[in-house]
Amino acid sequence: MIRLLDQDRGGKWLIGSLLLAIVLVPILNSLPESSSLHIPTYSISLLGKYLTLALLAVAVDLVWGYLGILTLGHAAFFALGGYAMGMYLMRQIGDRGVYGNPDLPDFMVFLNWQELPWFWHGFDQFWLAVIMVMLVPGILAFVFGFLAFRSRVSGVYLSIITQAMTFALMLAFYRNEMGFGGNNGLTDFKDILGFSLQSDQTKIGLFIASAIALILGYLLCRAITTSRAGRAVVAVRDGESRARFMGYRVENIKLWVFTFSAVLAGVAGALYVPQVGIINPNEFSPINSIEVVVWVAVGGRATLYGAVLGAILINYAKSYFTVELPDIWLFALGGLFVLVTLLLPRGVTGLLKRKEVE
Amino acid sequence: MEIDFENEAKNYPERGQVFDFLTPEQNPALNVDKSVLLYIESLSVSFDGFKAINDLNLYIRDGELRCIIGPNGAGKTTMMDIITGKTKPDSGLAYFGQTINLLEMDEPAIAQAGIGRKFQKPTVFENLSVWENLELAMAQSRDFLSLLRAKMSVEQMMEMSEILALIGLEEQIDKPSGALSHGQKQWLEIGALLMQKPRLLLVDEPVAGMTHQEMDKTAELLRSLAGRHSVVVVEHDMEFVRNLSEGGKTVSVLHQGSVLAEGTMAQIQDDERVKQVYLGE
Amino acid sequence: MLYLRLKKGLYLGMGCLLMLLASLTQAGEAEFIAHEQALIKAKFEQKEQIMAAWYAADTQQAVELMEMMLASQLYYHKKEKRLYKVIDASKGAVADRLSDGESVTITKKRDFKRVSINNYLRTLFRQYIAKAGLTAAEPEQRIAAAEAMVGNTDPDLMATVAGLRAQETNADVQSAFDLVLAVANLQSADASQQQAAIETLGDSLQPAALNALKQFLASNPESDLAPIASKAVDSINGKIDFYNGVETLYFGLSLGSVLVLAGIGLAITFGVMGVINMAHGELIMIGAYTTYVIQLLMPNHIGWSLLVAVPAAFVVSGLVGILLERGVIRFLYGRPLETLLATFGISLILQQAVRSIFSPLNRSVETPSWMSGLIEINPLLSLTQSRMYIIAFCLLIFFLLLAIMKRTRLGLQVRAVSQNRNMARAMGVRSEWVDALTFGLGSGVAGIAGVALSQLTNVGPNMGQAYIIDSFMVVVFGGVGNLWGTLVAGLSLGVANKLLEPWAGAVLAKILVLIFIILFIQKRPRGLFPQRGRAAED
Repeated sequence: MIRLLDQDRGGKWLIGSLLLAIVLVPILNSLPESSSLHIPTYSISLLGKYLTLALLAVAVDLVWGYLGILTLGHAAFFALGGYAMGMYLMRQIGDRGVYGNPDLPDFMVFLNWQELPWFWHGFDQFWLAVIMVMLVPGILAFVFGFLAFRSRVSGVYLSIITQAMTFALMLAFYRNEMGFGGNNGLTDFKDILGFSLQSDQTKIGLFIASAIALILGYLLCRAITTSRAGRAVVAVRDGESRARFMGYRVENIKLWVFTFSAVLAGVAGALYVPQVGIINPNEFSPINSIEVVVWVAVGGRATLYGAVLGAILINYAKSYFTVELPDIWLFALGGLFVLVTLLLPRGVTGLLKRKEVE
Repeated sequence: MEIDFENEAKNYPERGQVFDFLTPEQNPALNVDKSVLLYIESLSVSFDGFKAINDLNLYIRDGELRCIIGPNGAGKTTMMDIITGKTKPDSGLAYFGQTINLLEMDEPAIAQAGIGRKFQKPTVFENLSVWENLELAMAQSRDFLSLLRAKMSVEQMMEMSEILALIGLEEQIDKPSGALSHGQKQWLEIGALLMQKPRLLLVDEPVAGMTHQEMDKTAELLRSLAGRHSVVVVEHDMEFVRNLSEGGKTVSVLHQGSVLAEGTMAQIQDDERVKQVYLGE
Repeated sequence: MLYLRLKKGLYLGMGCLLMLLASLTQAGEAEFIAHEQALIKAKFEQKEQIMAAWYAADTQQAVELMEMMLASQLYYHKKEKRLYKVIDASKGAVADRLSDGESVTITKKRDFKRVSINNYLRTLFRQYIAKAGLTAAEPEQRIAAAEAMVGNTDPDLMATVAGLRAQETNADVQSAFDLVLAVANLQSADASQQQAAIETLGDSLQPAALNALKQFLASNPESDLAPIASKAVDSINGKIDFYNGVETLYFGLSLGSVLVLAGIGLAITFGVMGVINMAHGELIMIGAYTTYVIQLLMPNHIGWSLLVAVPAAFVVSGLVGILLERGVIRFLYGRPLETLLATFGISLILQQAVRSIFSPLNRSVETPSWMSGLIEINPLLSLTQSRMYIIAFCLLIFFLLLAIMKRTRLGLQVRAVSQNRNMARAMGVRSEWVDALTFGLGSGVAGIAGVALSQLTNVGPNMGQAYIIDSFMVVVFGGVGNLWGTLVAGLSLGVANKLLEPWAGAVLAKILVLIFIILFIQKRPRGLFPQRGRAAED
């Protein structure tokens, strides 16, 4: 692990602070509320949410920054992971729902369904849910990527069809007939692995899980990018046809990285859902995917830690603005898109690096 | 014209020793029993009615150095595109050895079978360092998972250092290749090509933008490669071609998508048709 | 002295009353009173004669009275001996005196007595009314009367209809009469008449004809004519399927036209210039809002507002487009992915701007009266006029653009710049200026699409997003850089969507179409009509 971070000052800082947070946050939370160092539990959940979004951003950076594919569909993988976790949490409610049906989630009772659809079976088992969290986005990415990369769909075309994919999924998940709660999605979760989602301990636990997931995800991406495979990935980004003439199966490289990244996004989604308490089809909306790309752009492409920085910065700003100045937020976000692409092609971390050199 | 390939290859024993690491990887499927490495027969391709390649026949012997000249639009680049799998022809055959049908393969498969290509414009991976460029080009398993686990072995280190010495970029190994000069990029690309250890090298205008000194060095390198490799050089610079084809090497003249004339440089220069279409006399 | 008096707040029944009164002239006045007095005194047997005479003297008047009698609304005042129309014969209700239109309030229920009729008269009156309709002056009225009569088998009435049919000259009325006769003849005892009837009905497109045939089949399954009848039913069903198909095609084409309109601007900015403009949907939105503003500015001329809105939207969206190109996009040429991000940011800004200026809620844009209405082709097929305008408008814009691109100097320069920028510059084309104008043109066309869309969907800040993916799909499916491809792709996607809708539902149909395009692009990355050649491969 240390070797992976050899040349990576940003990564060292990132992982150092995450480890510190894992230790400090529970301590600070246990301080009396009167203390100025006390961190309230809701802030911890908010932080945990940012960390899952940061993991999503890392996944996008791997695909966009290193592989050069501008994916506008990663929100879909994120949401699918989230739905898989949401299904588990739904089944955990048991007969504590409004209708008190021990087998069927409330929305199915409401729709007069008599029995559980086949794809809901087994989701009362946590291990199956965890497998599905990775498998479903992974398989979708694999099939989609297999078709797209084999026929050499690239550039903006690829971006647009990834966007069409999320859009189609969003429309599909809005339908009640799909069996995922339609408009309202899945919500009213009660507990996870027997721990109440309302309790402070569970929230801290989820925060720590998110931090660990981010550390692992970061290190895995770092392991890929620093390996010889990572150089092949960059080669594919910078000279796809040259890489082919060198004997590299460009489509396979893309497929591996894209699928891996989708799995990461799914894991991020699965950790996101219990912390925000809801998953609905809005998570698929095309703007979400594009927003992630901007986090990465703001942080700085192809650095990985830049993606984390960008995700946390912008989401913090979003939380602030949408409460204080809701009208300004879209102006600010839109302006950010334009400014970053025009003036800051290497993002904030690029700016810091240049400062350092000077 | 009868040339003893076995003996010709032995004409360069001392060079062969110097560049021992350049021995091409032997592709087990490659069959050169008939001493011909590349067969191109009645190849045709047209773009929107324009016949870029028109009934082209070309045979490259194993270990041969072949120069191909021709005016702009004669189909030189398209021919290379077809051999390397970028363009599919409308009709005709292209075989690598007796058995390997190039038309059924895509670019990576052809490259892995042992055909390397150097582009006219130097194309290196600009964000990767010189070292990384060579590392990627190195003959090795191209499978993603093995790349993920790959470690640099001592032999590979040695090879890389030797190539670096050969292309004169030892000082620049950590420099991003985008920061190299035009000539250095050309050399890096040649180096990368050598790292692939191809059996057949397709070299498109290698000396564009090089100084005289560099040109001589390139000519020397290309000549030294012949024997173990077959080398096909497409070039505009007549002086360079004359230099390269010294010693009775074959030169082919491409015109309007097919071979107009073939022979030694002296024969070509006396050919009336060549004078007409190419030299514009 | 009889006189007419108009009253405010006439209730519905007054309408026919006034018509009745309006027919009273000085000469008719005495006649009316004579008939009136006779009717009031008459017994059942006499009423037939009286009404027959009245019908002969003033058909319209008589028909209206008969209708009142059939509806039990005709009363007379016992003391006054005057006829009244009474809808509600209770105390405090209103009664209208027929002779002068005066309304009185009923003070004593006993004063009024209904003019009673029996079943025989009832049947008779209905025939009179029907006959009156069949001889009415307007063909539409005659057709309506005939349609109301379908299923009637009364031999006297049918004889009347047959007689009128022989004199009728209007083809539409003729076929309406034929239908009445044929449905009646279906019950005839004469097999040859029945067969002729079946054949007539088999050719008809009226739902009544199909019902009559089905009834015939149900009640006479063993009849010798059953095979012919079932063949006729099949033939009608076949026609119904055909016209349903035509209608689906029409809906599909109109949806397709919307897609083409939305996509055609993009076909220029993305297809020809290679600029990926995610704010394209918002330029459509700006066009729609321009329409809204124009209607606010000229509220009394809604009919004209659309005609003003088309150039206005073109200019407004076009200017925004030029601003966008000069301000942002030109710095990003050759970097398509960055352009995508930057223009997406702009789309967010434009959306929020509209939310701040207008409101986050949808605005309604009025549809001028000349655009609404139905065109009835035949009883099975009627086409909405607004869709027709959309299709025509789409084609107009398409060919206009095609002409601009193929025939004008700007078009030539645009194509030159898109194919080889440096060469075009070397030949004196001011490429920057061409870029800006082309982008303006594409954006302006998006604005025009917005005018059309304002007539079909809600005008709101999110409307652009709804169209951006569709627009890209249309352009990519058709083959980038090919205007004809965009037209074919848009129309065929529209039709495909409408074909899928009946069995898949609207949302699933859209999803299926999206999946189809995603798979199609995998198969043919360059769309339906790819640009070929070596240049296109790089």
